[in-house]
Amino acid sequence: MSEITMVEAIRQAMDEELARDENVFVIGEDVGVRGGVFRATQGLFEKYGEDRVIDSPLAELTIVGIGIGAAVYGKRPICEIQFADFIFPAFNQIISEAAKMFYRSNGQWSVPMVIRAPYGGGIGGGLYHSQSVEAFFTQVPGLKVVIPSNPYDAKGLLKSAVRDPNPVLFFEPKKGYRLIKGEVPEDDKEYTVPIGPAKVTREGQDLTVFAYGMMHHYAMGAAEAVAKEGIDVEVVDLRTLYPVDRETILASVQKTSKALIVHEANLTGGYGAEVAATIAEWGFMNLDAPVRRLAGPDVPAVPFSHPMEEWFMINPEKIADAIRDLAAF
Amino acid sequence: MPLSRELKQEMFWIMLLSRRLDERAWVLHRQGKIAFHISGIGQEAAQVGAVYAIEKGKDWLVPYYRDLAMVIAMGMSPTEFVKSLMGKAGEPTSGARQMPSHFSLRRANVLSHSAPVATQSPHASGIGLGIKLDGGDEVVLTTIGEGATSQGEWYEAVNFAAIHNLPVIFLVENNRYAISVPQEKQMAVSSAADKACGLGLPGIEVDGTHMFEVYDAVAEAVANARQGKGPSVIEAKLYRLTPHSSDDDDRSYRTREEVEEHKKQDPLIVMKDLFIEQGLMTEEAYHELEEKAKKRVDEAIEEAIRAPYPKGKEAATPVYAEEVRNV
Ligand SMILES: Cc1ncc(C[n+]2csc(CCOP(=O)(O)OP(=O)(O)O)c2C)c(N)n1
Ligand SMILES: [Mg+2]
Repeated sequence: MSEITMVEAIRQAMDEELARDENVFVIGEDVGVRGGVFRATQGLFEKYGEDRVIDSPLAELTIVGIGIGAAVYGKRPICEIQFADFIFPAFNQIISEAAKMFYRSNGQWSVPMVIRAPYGGGIGGGLYHSQSVEAFFTQVPGLKVVIPSNPYDAKGLLKSAVRDPNPVLFFEPKKGYRLIKGEVPEDDKEYTVPIGPAKVTREGQDLTVFAYGMMHHYAMGAAEAVAKEGIDVEVVDLRTLYPVDRETILASVQKTSKALIVHEANLTGGYGAEVAATIAEWGFMNLDAPVRRLAGPDVPAVPFSHPMEEWFMINPEKIADAIRDLAAF
Repeated sequence: MPLSRELKQEMFWIMLLSRRLDERAWVLHRQGKIAFHISGIGQEAAQVGAVYAIEKGKDWLVPYYRDLAMVIAMGMSPTEFVKSLMGKAGEPTSGARQMPSHFSLRRANVLSHSAPVATQSPHASGIGLGIKLDGGDEVVLTTIGEGATSQGEWYEAVNFAAIHNLPVIFLVENNRYAISVPQEKQMAVSSAADKACGLGLPGIEVDGTHMFEVYDAVAEAVANARQGKGPSVIEAKLYRLTPHSSDDDDRSYRTREEVEEHKKQDPLIVMKDLFIEQGLMTEEAYHELEEKAKKRVDEAIEEAIRAPYPKGKEAATPVYAEEVRNV
């Protein structure tokens, strides 16, 4: 085992998948000689050449639309959207095409592709380099939506995504790219993490925090902080947002009887609403308190100026406060 | 390669069969037996000319909703088409999930397309990229209406194919209208082919009522594509002889005189006259073909009427590829 960063785990996953299967290729803006603006594809161009690490034109619908065509042909594209904020030009291709191709052809045509995109704020990126866009995709059958929170999962889940026969949206917490470090098996090229199951990442008795991506990282910190005060928090890393792992969510609520859902995307209609509804519908009898959501405020996006960005962003302190509040209920 | 006499006769047969099938779909709609029809009438010569320039079973077709004649040429049976009109079980495009004329035929490399126009164009370029990466010599033929070439999707698809020299033929079936909106309100150039120039490709225009003119142009583009000389944009000028769809009333945007004038250039009649003039077909042989087409269409309708509907609960799958039961 060696300790590496999130972005290095993602780079390794692509490197190993490119080596494993010659049908795999990477396409995106600046993924070639530049190695990606976040360095996620660093060294891949040199290693695999311009046919397998393709600098696309500056056009997201091209990246995804071309990926879909290549995928139905039999290739395994990994499409990089430079920032999740810029995925919307490709929205039509993702929603109307990638998600529906298999169903609409009654299983004749499948679209095995990965769309990777860095998401999230707290990096001084302003409105258009900070968004969390997962909720636009977590109500679309045919897609899978994955958000890792640590290097081990990032590498293992990305490898599963590349091997998955369906379109997988893979959102990467960009603030965590270098901040979050963790152990990843060094020599085991065959380890993967399955798409689907959420994971209980911290056992506790008093309440459950449901989170993913950067907010999961923060939730773990917040759980440690309140532990000193005697609050015993369970943390669930949702990891695969769609399809929803209802079993793990409900099992944890059955155990702790209180639920707090945390995400940095806007509150209303956010992914937390689905988790809350899941608990209300099937876990109501286990609840000792109303389900709580701690989420980004309902303003259009994250503002640039630091104090305003701080106001918007969820951080470990805000999570700890919400935990204390719920624990006291 | 010049077309053999037999192949030319086969092409005429496909045109005729598709026309009679298409006409009967309008009748079925008027009889209340189907809910919707969108027609290829007037566009068959271009479609058949183009599709005979690619190799069945090897090359790829990424069509749009007017391409009935193309898809019949690729091997969809009239019965299969009528089943799709009726939403019957086992129709091969979508298992009756999609509206009629949203084509797909996996066994013939005909890719499924959706309703939002121009979404298919990038897929054609993506297939072209796959072919290039694998070092193959297959080509992709993709079609679109002139109105839909206004969408960014089309420009982006042609741009990408041009950059990477991909084996893709972009055929624009310019029937002058996008529902009610005429070409002049769609583009400031006289042909969608002119737009190709800005993307680094020569734009080619052909008379879409003449099957062999279209064939020649597409065949040349196919030969270029196979030799690694890259993509082509070809516009076939033609005219939509029916309303946009069974939900449209075209009297609000074009005069009957205009339509009547174009009926004189109906590609089926133009081709029939040409075939007789060139000794490719006798008047007698033509009548036999008409009989045969009527019989095929009658049989198709009978079979489709007898076919069962899918069960409602079949709609629950297949959402993800893991679920598939070996189709
Ligand atoms: C994105 C999108 N917008 C609107 C429509 C509705 N619509 C269907 S066909 C059509 C006109 C298409 O015209 P053209 O591309 O010229 O093809 P034609 O029907 O004339 O063959 C319109 C507006 C659609 N299907 N997709
Ligand atoms: Mg048109």
